[in-house]
Amino acid sequence: AEVLAKLNTPEIKERCADLLSRYPVGQAALLEVLWLVQGVFGWVPREGIRWAANVCGCAPAHALGVATFYTMYNHAPKGKFLLQFCRNISCTIKGAPSLIAYVEHALNIKTGETTPDGLFTILQVECLGSCGNGPMMLVNDDFATDADGDVLTMKPGTKL
Amino acid sequence: MAECVKVCTQNFGKGAQDIEVYKKLGGYSNISERLFNMSQFELIDYVQRSNLRGRGGAGFPTGMKWSFVPRGTGKPVYIVVNADEGEGGTFKDHFLMLEDPHRLIEGLIIAAWALGSRAAYIYCRGEFLPCIEALNKALNQAYAAGYLGENICGTKFSFDIFVHRGAGAYICGEETALINSLEGQKGQPRLKPPFPAVCGAWKSPTCVNNVETIMSLPWILSHDPSDYAKMGTPRAGGTKVFCISGDVKNPGVYEAPLGTPMMTMINDYAGGVVGGKLKAVLPGGSSCAPLTAEEAAVATMDYECLASMKTMFGSGAMIVINDTHNMVDLLNCLGNFYSHESCGQCTPCREGTGLLHRILNQMVAGNGHDGDVELMQSLSSGFGGVTICPLSISLGGPVSSYTAKFRADFDEYIAKNPEHAK
Ligand SMILES: NC(=O)C1=CN([C@@H]2O[C@H](COP(=O)(O)OP(=O)(O)OC[C@H]3O[C@@H](n4cnc5c(N)ncnc54)[C@H](O)[C@@H]3O)[C@@H](O)[C@H]2O)C=CC1
Ligand SMILES: Cc1cc2nc3c(=O)[nH]c(=O)nc-3n(C[C@H](O)[C@H](O)[C@H](O)COP(=O)(O)O)c2cc1C
Ligand code: SF4
Ligand code: FES
Repeated sequence: AEVLAKLNTPEIKERCADLLSRYPVGQAALLEVLWLVQGVFGWVPREGIRWAANVCGCAPAHALGVATFYTMYNHAPKGKFLLQFCRNISCTIKGAPSLIAYVEHALNIKTGETTPDGLFTILQVECLGSCGNGPMMLVNDDFATDADGDVLTMKPGTKL
Repeated sequence: MAECVKVCTQNFGKGAQDIEVYKKLGGYSNISERLFNMSQFELIDYVQRSNLRGRGGAGFPTGMKWSFVPRGTGKPVYIVVNADEGEGGTFKDHFLMLEDPHRLIEGLIIAAWALGSRAAYIYCRGEFLPCIEALNKALNQAYAAGYLGENICGTKFSFDIFVHRGAGAYICGEETALINSLEGQKGQPRLKPPFPAVCGAWKSPTCVNNVETIMSLPWILSHDPSDYAKMGTPRAGGTKVFCISGDVKNPGVYEAPLGTPMMTMINDYAGGVVGGKLKAVLPGGSSCAPLTAEEAAVATMDYECLASMKTMFGSGAMIVINDTHNMVDLLNCLGNFYSHESCGQCTPCREGTGLLHRILNQMVAGNGHDGDVELMQSLSSGFGGVTICPLSISLGGPVSSYTAKFRADFDEYIAKNPEHAK
């Protein structure tokens, strides 16, 4: 119910109406509506997925299947800083494995884990489409080029 | 190095994200009476004469694909821009959209006129938020200036463009998976035929084109089609936006004519190999066969030459590898990647890429065995023709070619396991 209260606001209703108007079929807005849910909570709670299904006029089971197919929807809260390291070929050539090992060591967590203070989560991802600037990483939604260990000393809110 | 004509990257670094700047640089000049006086047939013929081939990797002639779109079916025609760029080593579309989003819009208006389309979707991968922001800002400006929406420039022609954000799945770059994803489903490829041009999004004719393909159109239309055709090779016209990454001094995005020698790209454009001697080059993204240093010395960057060398032009993404790397480590990256991205529909792909990935992981961990290479080769030869899409071959091809060309690297790893002979 708390989840629904946060989603059933006039702004979100307006956003949904705009999204639905873009496609000939409501279901097509599902990915975008799930993005809205993730925008509110930082992840997609089950209740939010059911809500999205309802908005788009598709079955909740369909929406759950879609929400779990794509890797960018989080199914549990993540750290305040989500560090996603590219481990694909060009970044590996540029030293991604040792960067990842360094960060895991410095934060004392493994890939997939969150620090106990809830600040950092480490993930390894595939090519980020910026291979000329490797090793690449994403810090939340921002691209960090030629990444090195310095990202760990950044202050919250630093623009990359 | 000779200064080459820039078709797609001429506005880089000039602030063309703003519509006023873009127009000062000559932008939107094609959206004029000349365009609206051309028939669809004339415009498609024009593009065919330019010899433009699709820049998404497969190199299918763009004008020919457009000519396959059926007319007068009563169904709407959709245009979908493939901006799901995710193949290792490929990053041109990312920068094209960031630097010059209006060129994509102008290209889309041209394509829409040629295809009689009322709506286009730009399917942009979820990680490219800065691109999505740049595109939305440019779209708002273009709507405000009357280039989009109802009755464009006072004509009866109406056209809308929407950005659709993906959510992290490499396979959605395959056009039919992309269409499923656009429809709000899991991004799993469909069987072809029917090709999207005939039956695509919402069972309507749908033309899927790469970002760079569409962004080439404004230049082509404002010149003579033969100007474009004569820049490339006889079978593929124009320039190409190459991505160079890996062990080079200046990695980045460089536009050059098709047919440019590979070593010119590496030495003159990207400043040469660093950190060691040249060992191998992947000419067209992570899914193609590597060329050895000797082969690279004679290769030219075009479809025909690379096909004749049993590799492919792909997306024009050169990954340069020096001799400090063991090819097994790099193949292991690809094993991780393609097994992770298999959509799971076809058993040979789902199980085969998974098994290859586990063998490679074991080898890199020092637990390789005699016979692993032969096992991998036999597995990878089993993908051809039995899977819905070519993702399985995107790993199978490299497994065959890496093991054939760099066998010593594999033996070196296997020798690390003291019990390998058992
Ligand atoms: N840019 C990137 O990030 C990536 C690019 N690729 C490239 O993708 C390529 C494979 O792509 P596919 O779409 O599977 O190749 P394809 O050869 O099946 O199709 C190429 C294009 O031509 C169209 N087409 C072909 N025959 C047609 C016909 N008879 N009627 C109507 N349309 C027709 C298809 O619809 C498609 O748009 C690979 O060569 C690879 O290089 C692969 C992965 C990533
Ligand atoms: C696994 C796989 C991934 C693909 N990824 C992309 C991609 O990221 N971008 C792209 O433009 N084409 C990609 N393609 C090729 C598309 O299916 C399609 O051929 C292309 O978008 C057609 O556009 P074009 O004719 O302008 O090249 C991919 C193909 C496969 C098999
Ligand atoms: S080949 Fe692999 S990725 Fe392609 S449809 Fe089959 S299982 Fe999916
Ligand atoms: S390989 Fe890391 S961004 Fe492409």
